[in-house]
Formats: sequence, C-alpha cells, structure tokens
Amino acid sequence: MSWVKKTLSSTIGRKLLVSLTGIFLIIFLVVHLIGNLQLFKDDGGYAFNAYAKFMTTNTLIVLASYVLYLTIIAHVVISAALTLFNRKARGGENYMVTKSSSNSPWTSRNMGVLGTIVLIFIVIHLSNFWYHMKFGETPMVKYEKTMSGDIAIAQNFAVESFSKDLLKQDMVYKDLYKMVAEAFKQEWLVILYILAMAGLAFHLAHGFQSAFQTLGINHKKYTPFIEKLGLAFSVIVPALFASMPIIFYFKG
Amino acid sequence: MEKGRTYTLKIWRQNNSSSKGAFKTYTIENISPGSSFLEMLDILNNELEAKGEDPVHFDHDCREGICGMCSLFVNGRPHGPEEEITACQLHMRSFKDGETIVIEPWRAKAFPVIKDLVVDRSAFDRIIQAGGFISVNTGPLPDANEIPIPKQNADLAMDAAACIGCGACVAACKNASAMLFVSAKVSQLALLPQGNAERKRRALAMVDQMDQEGFGACSNTGACAAECPKGIDLTNIARLNREYLTASFAGAE
Repeated sequence: MSWVKKTLSSTIGRKLLVSLTGIFLIIFLVVHLIGNLQLFKDDGGYAFNAYAKFMTTNTLIVLASYVLYLTIIAHVVISAALTLFNRKARGGENYMVTKSSSNSPWTSRNMGVLGTIVLIFIVIHLSNFWYHMKFGETPMVKYEKTMSGDIAIAQNFAVESFSKDLLKQDMVYKDLYKMVAEAFKQEWLVILYILAMAGLAFHLAHGFQSAFQTLGINHKKYTPFIEKLGLAFSVIVPALFASMPIIFYFKG
Repeated sequence: MEKGRTYTLKIWRQNNSSSKGAFKTYTIENISPGSSFLEMLDILNNELEAKGEDPVHFDHDCREGICGMCSLFVNGRPHGPEEEITACQLHMRSFKDGETIVIEPWRAKAFPVIKDLVVDRSAFDRIIQAGGFISVNTGPLPDANEIPIPKQNADLAMDAAACIGCGACVAACKNASAMLFVSAKVSQLALLPQGNAERKRRALAMVDQMDQEGFGACSNTGACAAECPKGIDLTNIARLNREYLTASFAGAE
C-alpha cells in the first residue's frame, strides 16, 4: 500500500480529510455570505444579479465551484463512513445507562444528525435557486442609469418568455433577485431556512474548533482564540444567512 | 455510627465471551457509607458464595487507584460519578441510601467481555508493543541532569505518563476510540529526548495497531478527558495528530 493511501485510510487520516474539507466549507460560507449580502442593496437587485452572473460565468469561479461540489460530497461521504465505522467500534452490546451529557457537549455528539439537516437543506436550496440559475428558465431584467447616476430597473423592458439571446444585451440579467424575493414570500420555506441555519449553527459550534484539533493545532496561545472565533462564527454567519429570508418575508 | 445503607444493584452477568449476557438485579443491605465500591462488591460476592451462587467477576488489583485494573461502568459513567478517581477509590457515600446502581463492563469491540464485568484489554498491550518503548542499551547509571530536559517538557511528559491504561477513555467515548490512551503514551515519549529518536516510527506503528484493533476514530467530543481518572487532557490528542501526520507526510517510512 502506498504511504498516501495508508495515511488517508487510517482513522487520523480520514479525520484529516473531514477537517480540511470542513475548513474549506467554512471559507466558502464567508464568500457565499458576502455575495448574498448584496441582496440588501437597494438597487432593484442590480448588485446581486450582477454578482450572480459573475459567479456563474467567470471561468475561475466555475472551476472553484466544481472543487466546492467535490468538497461537499467528500465531507459527507467520509463523515458518513466514519460514523458507521465508529458505531461498529462499540461492539455488539451498547450500554444500558449512559450519562454522556456530563462529559461532552451535545453538539459534539450529534454532528451526524446536524450535518444531515444541513445536507437536506443544501439539496432544497440548490433546487430552489441554483438549478434554475444554471439550467432552468428565470425571469429577466434590464437596468439603466437614471438621471441622478443611480442604477434602476428599466421600465420599457418587458419579456414574455426566457431568451438566451436577450441575455447578450447590455445590462440585461437573469433576475435571480426576483426569484429570491418571490421564494421568500412562502412562509414554510422561510421557516425551513431558519431551522436549517440553526442546524448549521450547532454543526459549526463543534465543527469549527474540532477541525483545528484534528489538524493537531491545540496551543495555549491560540486555542482560546480559535474557540471564541468558532463560537462567534457559528452564531453570526448562520444568523446573517437566516436574516435574508426573514427580511424578504416581511418586505414582501 | 451511621446505620448501614441498602442498594439495588443491576449487574451485567455474562458467562464467557461467546455467551449472551443479561442484567441481574441484587439487593444488598447494611453497607457502610465508608466502604469502597469494590468492598461493597466483595460483600455481595461473599453473600453469593454463601448461597452457592457464582460470584460477580470484576477486575481489581492495587485498590489504590494506580494500577488501572478496575474497569466498572457505574450509572452511565466509567469509574462512577466522581471526578478523577478509579472505581476502587469510589466510596458508597457517593450513592444515596436506597439508590439503584447499574454496573456494566467497558463496551468496545476491541475490549471483548471475558466474564461478567471483566474485559480483555490486551489490545492496549499490543499497541504498547507496537511502539510504546525506547530502544536503548541499558548501560551504567547516567549522571543526573546529564541530558538537559526543559522543566516544561518534563512536566508535560509526566502528566502524560500518569495514564494507567485503564480504558475509561475508550469506555466513555461514543466511538470507543483509544486516541486518549495512545496519545498519552506517544506524548510521554515524544516530549523527552530519549524518546525523540523513534518518535516518527512510534507514532505510525502505534496508530496502525490502534486501527487494527478496531477502536473508533476521534470526533473530539472530549468525553475521554472528562472521564479520565488521571486527568489526561485533549492537548495530547492534538499532539498525536501532529506526530502521526508529520511522520506520515514528512517521515521517510
């Protein structure tokens, strides 16, 4: 067996892969959040739609997105396999009584459940927006410069149906912003997004600092900071994501 | 003197590794709050033997909290409800009069039950045999302080060396992972100059053996360190991750 295969198939090696893919996904969350914050710009969705166009057409970003898909799949598959492996390590009988709440945080013991919530959310989320943006038909919008120099929706642009040719025109965009606004008028979807972000928050609460421990980074000087940063991250990032459906619901 | 207490004991009884076990309930009376947990089991066994029944088998040796033999999972926690002690250092004053106490063996695929509460922990021995040693010629006694060791490292190595190999970490872990045990042994030697020469080989060999024995992977819940009777902490596991990954990616083997 080659040393690479041997290392990556050991328990520590497999945890290394979970940790590295997890850290990549944490970085992705930051990028995704900054992009999505464009939704809050009061410009008829211009900034957000332009950002969405850039993200789906720029070659480097498209390549990075394939890495992202692979990373998500790897994180899920390796973690799921490890969970099954770990369950078998207990052996045939399990304890009649366990007081695990006295020795470990709830989040750390339920990463599988929390991760599954996030995974189900990702599938729903992709079918809501990503699929339509990439393959489906979307509403379209044209922007123009107003007298004051701001950018606003052009009123004389009315399309009956989706057309790829029209997209080649200047200032014409797929109106993902409108899709977002429409989607978040649905109460159930807003609730589902909030619950999923709660799941993500608890997943990150353990996952963030655990990723560093797995890499062997546990240091008197840095670990207290990593733990605080992880906790802040796990609260702030999901809360900002959850604020989007909430704000659109009450605006809509 | 305080009058003796009465307890209901639910104890795992299993004839041998291949037979199926089950819980059996016993009532024990007139137990002094000052008696140790193992003495309480001794009293129970005396009563069982007097009645001609098979006594409850459990591991014990020094009864001073340093040998690592006792291995009882008491009311859902390894070594019972108190912090940083082994089951032999646990006393009946930690349990209310009339309380029901559930006693189970360590549960792990790598620790098969031999009989009742006795489990086979030779998996730990095989991990030690794989690399938990230093290969040196034992010459004459060296001079004191001949090899300089920073105080900080000596302290950390000593803390890691406090591990008695009882297996409470494996018992407490939801994954039955042996990472705390292996990390304590690897740390103890890697922190000292005598252990430095073989540190890469050691980390690889001990982790390899740990995986072969069927222990689970570490998911950083911290249950092991919280239940460790010797207070071995999680920085050791981070050190093992470092040692193993460095040895794998930067070592020649």
